[in-house]
Amino acid sequence: MVKVRPEAAQLWSWLEEVADPEIPAISVVDLGIVRDIRWNDDELVVTVTPTYSGCPATEVIARDIREALLARGVEKVRLETKLSPPWTTDWISERGRRRLQESGIAPPASGLIQIENVACPRCGSHAVEMISRFGSTPCKSIYKCRACLEPFDVFKRH
Amino acid sequence: MSLPEYLLRLGDNALILSQRLAEWCGHGPVLEEDIALTNVALDLLGQARLWLGYAGELTGRDEDQLAFLRDAGEFRNVLLVEQPNRDFAHTMARQFFFDVWHGLLLEKLSASKDERIGGIAAKALKEVAYHKHRATDWILRLGDGTGESHARMQQAADDLWMYTGELFEMDALEGEMHQAGVGCDLAALHEPWLNEVSRIFREATLEVPKQSWMQRGGKRGIHSEHLGYILAEMQFLQRAYPGAKW
Ligand SMILES: [Zn+2]
Repeated sequence: MVKVRPEAAQLWSWLEEVADPEIPAISVVDLGIVRDIRWNDDELVVTVTPTYSGCPATEVIARDIREALLARGVEKVRLETKLSPPWTTDWISERGRRRLQESGIAPPASGLIQIENVACPRCGSHAVEMISRFGSTPCKSIYKCRACLEPFDVFKRH
Repeated sequence: MSLPEYLLRLGDNALILSQRLAEWCGHGPVLEEDIALTNVALDLLGQARLWLGYAGELTGRDEDQLAFLRDAGEFRNVLLVEQPNRDFAHTMARQFFFDVWHGLLLEKLSASKDERIGGIAAKALKEVAYHKHRATDWILRLGDGTGESHARMQQAADDLWMYTGELFEMDALEGEMHQAGVGCDLAALHEPWLNEVSRIFREATLEVPKQSWMQRGGKRGIHSEHLGYILAEMQFLQRAYPGAKW
């Protein structure tokens, strides 16, 4: 049997279909946590970096990536974790930021926790206030819009 | 080998404080605070896993064995992090003293000659920046709040002050790690720490405690009676059902 090694572009496009388990609107690639893919002989090595040290999704993500690749015929997959350099929200792609916005989560602002940079994902108003620095997952804060009065999540700048 | 011992100090601080904060789960004064406390606990738990995972690779005991199968005398955390939650003022004063120190420490360690330590520290530092912001907010809000919140915050600061000295204690192990470029000079962190604490306390209309006698021992495994109770709860399952898995 001939061993097929899919092209890198093909592999990346498969990984783009793996959703973040806590924010399914965005893929693990758009989130910026897949740092590298490379072949080591007949084994595909995928290097992933965690968002937050204690993020409980990390192990689910590793499993989802492995399963997605195995399901498409890659025979051997190994996941590697790399901490350094640490993940930053600057690695979230433009498409990722757009998808966050569309799903009602304000994308990460520029500058650490600067309230004036946050816009309501529903009405676009900058008249917002922070309710809590910590939200339903490690990567989000909770805000409220004073214009449309809706509470919303903000992806923390990190 | 002294590196594993050094890693236990780093890992146990994060692990024990995480466990303390997790006790608030379901008991926070409001939902947002409940979530915030457990988020901080989760960050610290993740950091503990990284430190203990590294220590485990060097000693042949994995992170779970280190967390669940060591007895109190083998834990190397500072006494501050094992102090009870008591009221919200005590919880936040403990957090504030720790976070300011933790940030300074991790900043130094992110330049460690041990690349693995540097990587973990740089990762953790970003998380601790959020912890510190939040703890600072609470010191200001309770200190410069009502008569009662002020009195309670002052009391908490006074009660916990004697556990802050240990944070800056240099002993043979810290000295060796510092010399090797792996650790850092803890004594040198005292001045920036005190400056930051004093600045925030002034703004919060609180008095920086004057007491100079400091309680020590945690880093050498000599703990207060509180640690045994923490371990009893944290380790129960693995002790009662050895090897149990999720
Ligand atoms: Zn709005």
